[in-house]
Amino acid sequence: MVALLRAVIRRDLLLAWRRRADIATVVLFFVIVVSLFPLGVGPEPNLLRTIAPGIIWVAALLACMLSLQQMFASDHSDGALDQMLLAAAPLGMIVIARAFAHWLISGLPLVILSPVLAIQFDLAPELSPVLTLSLLLGTPILTLTGAIGAALTLGLRGGGMLLALLVLPLYVPVLILGAGAVDAASAGLGADAHLLLLAAQLVVTATFAPWAIAAALRISAE
Amino acid sequence: MNQPVLLAGGINVFKYAAPQTFYPLAGKMIPWFGWIAAAFCAAGLYVGFFVAPTDHQQGESYRIIFIHVPAAWMSMFIYVVMAFWAGVGLIFNTRLSHMMVSALVPTGAMFTFVALWTGALWGKPTWGTWWAWDARMTSELILLFLYFGFMALQAGIDDARRADRAGAVLALVGVVNIPIIYFSVKWWNTLHQGASVSLTSAPTMATTMLTGMLLMALAAWMYTIAAALHRVRSIILEREHGATWINEYAETKA
Repeated sequence: MVALLRAVIRRDLLLAWRRRADIATVVLFFVIVVSLFPLGVGPEPNLLRTIAPGIIWVAALLACMLSLQQMFASDHSDGALDQMLLAAAPLGMIVIARAFAHWLISGLPLVILSPVLAIQFDLAPELSPVLTLSLLLGTPILTLTGAIGAALTLGLRGGGMLLALLVLPLYVPVLILGAGAVDAASAGLGADAHLLLLAAQLVVTATFAPWAIAAALRISAE
Repeated sequence: MNQPVLLAGGINVFKYAAPQTFYPLAGKMIPWFGWIAAAFCAAGLYVGFFVAPTDHQQGESYRIIFIHVPAAWMSMFIYVVMAFWAGVGLIFNTRLSHMMVSALVPTGAMFTFVALWTGALWGKPTWGTWWAWDARMTSELILLFLYFGFMALQAGIDDARRADRAGAVLALVGVVNIPIIYFSVKWWNTLHQGASVSLTSAPTMATTMLTGMLLMALAAWMYTIAAALHRVRSIILEREHGATWINEYAETKA
């Protein structure tokens, strides 16, 4: 089972490495969206400091969602997905490995970049780790939940917009808890409660989402 | 289902899981539920407008409650019913359950919209604002997005069987998420705005107000059943238009 997980993760990472530009696109999108907000609301440092966690989180939400379209698309078109559905190994395990690989490619760069963006918004130094931690806990939930939507909209016309419509409402709790963690820390309440709830949601999502993704893939590939 | 297992009053219930037997049955039931809905609605509106006393704080404007609250209840309840039929459809692979889900969605979205709209109309005279980021309002808005997402997904898939099953998975994922969304919005809201107008601390309700509201809620139930049955009949006709039973049915009716 471990060998299977390793093989799938290795394959996905290798594929991603061969198409490095795709990873760069997601990261650049994230940075550009975040950088647009000060231009829109004005360079007032106090205002920027207040809205920074929300902006970075919303941008992460959008970046994750955009990257999800590619999660199963190329495997679906070249037939590799059918092989995965036919494989003797449980589809849920393959899906977990794929989601993890996808998160390494598209979620982790956002987490790593977030302290830099926090500096752009002049976020207090002690809040920056909270933001990064909340993204570290939250982005895997985004990938797992979003993968259900990606599997359901596989090969549909207008799949991208449809995916946004399906997935974004489900992202609400992650956004609230993630941005709320930083807000709570800056208000002196401590971010523990938010981060623990986020972790709990990650555990629940990681337990149940693979089944839903697997079911959705089987429906879409019929 | 070769052997009838479940018998209710001598009628084999499973017989009606087949579209061709359900279609005429639904046709017979629609007028009943429709008229009962109309009767409950008339009674509820009468109680609401003429019997229920004027509220000493909100004046007459509170009377929108007789539309608002039943619509809000229905909007949430229909999603749960949808998810139930979606689950039945996925487990037992029954076509009719999936059709029932598709038939319920527009009514659910309609009630969600009505709840939001009447809420805005009610909020303006009482809270002084059309919209506040109150926990209930926000989660109701997200519920509307979930309904729209479901409709968009089903509209985006041409193959009826895939649309059914994909929709069912989405409905089940949605129903698991609704409580999580509700509580997260509630916590978010309590963190952001301390003292907001709360419905829960409103003075206890007069019995006649409650009666009117419950009558309207029953009307909403009956309307939902009638509308869903009507819609499911159209869906049956659309999906099964090549089947021989439809032609035979049309001939016997003619």
